[in-house]
Amino acid sequence: MADEAHSGGGLEFHPLDQFEVKALFGDGPIHWYTLTNVTAWMALAVICIVLLLVVGTRKRAVVPGRTQSVAEMAYGFVYTMVEDVTGKDAVKYFPYIFTLFIFILFSNFLGLLPMSFTTTSHIAVTAVLALGVFLFITILGFVKNGPAFLKLFWVSSAPLALRPVLAIIEIVSYFVRPVSHSIRLAGNVMAGHAVLKVFAGFAQVGFLIAPFAILGVVAIYGLEVLVAFIQAYVFTILTCVYLKDALHPSH
Amino acid sequence: MADPVVEHGAEAGGAAMPQLNPDYFSNQIFWLLVTLVVIYFILSRVALPRIASVLAERQGTITNDIAAAEELKQRAQEAEAAYEKALSDARAEAAKIVDDTKAEIQTQLDVELQKADAEIAAKTAESEAAIAEIQAGAADAVKTVAKEAAKEIVAAMGGTADARTVTAAVTARMKG
Repeated sequence: MADEAHSGGGLEFHPLDQFEVKALFGDGPIHWYTLTNVTAWMALAVICIVLLLVVGTRKRAVVPGRTQSVAEMAYGFVYTMVEDVTGKDAVKYFPYIFTLFIFILFSNFLGLLPMSFTTTSHIAVTAVLALGVFLFITILGFVKNGPAFLKLFWVSSAPLALRPVLAIIEIVSYFVRPVSHSIRLAGNVMAGHAVLKVFAGFAQVGFLIAPFAILGVVAIYGLEVLVAFIQAYVFTILTCVYLKDALHPSH
Repeated sequence: MADPVVEHGAEAGGAAMPQLNPDYFSNQIFWLLVTLVVIYFILSRVALPRIASVLAERQGTITNDIAAAEELKQRAQEAEAAYEKALSDARAEAAKIVDDTKAEIQTQLDVELQKADAEIAAKTAESEAAIAEIQAGAADAVKTVAKEAAKEIVAAMGGTADARTVTAAVTARMKG
């Protein structure tokens, strides 16, 4: 896909360049502590979150202003999700789930800015998020239920003969969860951004193709705005579903 | 991904997709953890309690306002009932006053009527007495005139009329 030198105008596609991790200062090797564009865009996400949720609500108005309304809407959105999907006893894990949601949401949307770097398009990032959820839920499940947590894999409503088979399937699916959880998010975001870049590359081609390429960019961009929200939503709601398993393991 | 990508990736980092370049992992993971911890603390210490308190406060305000409105409505209804009661009381009072006044006037009227009746009766009796007197006076006068006239007539006819005879005759005539 990349580096296809066109005979006519030296057309070049670099759809994956946008995902490069670069040091902010200098060209040195990237250590774990190096300030990189990852750092910068994550810090920007933190700043935006603070602006929305802390600065936006500083007046504590009973009749909210615009920013406070949005902050309350986000709060209410995730709160009802946790309450409806997981149950009332999960409300104490709400800050953790809200952290995941707001981080993914802001990373996705900041990634839609032109020239930006999308932190959630990296499997390393989403894998840490998903593994965090996986470990959190597994540990919580054992702490809350003890060995009874293993009933999650023992489908007591199925015929006895089928149960061992189902148990194997359940266990496999349980361990596949973090994989699908992380790849879904990174894959969606990455694919969308790469396609945007490819369309943008075609915009160099000429009068015949450029208009369609630009229209395509606009259309895909609209789709990506939708995807940015939906993927944050999906990640959060799946976290809630998994958390429900940990709190109420019996089927 | 195809070979050219590997080539391109090689010059930038080593793997085809930057996402799969293990050189970047530690950096991303480290900064992600920092970011998540920072967000978690900001949210759980500042933002979420604040939003929760604002929402609770709003809920409280709404509940209070509804209760206050309910109470005001109650009070308005009470006031209306009191007003109605006052109105009906006033009506009853007015009716009573009207009745009392009527009765009083009636008694006064009765007294006045009796008085007037008595007066009228007295006047009537007086008048009757006067009339009787006048009648008596008239009868006397007639008797006198008749005596005179009879005496004159007798004299004119050439006789001498005895006064006592004439009087007796006239009296007899007048009785008849």
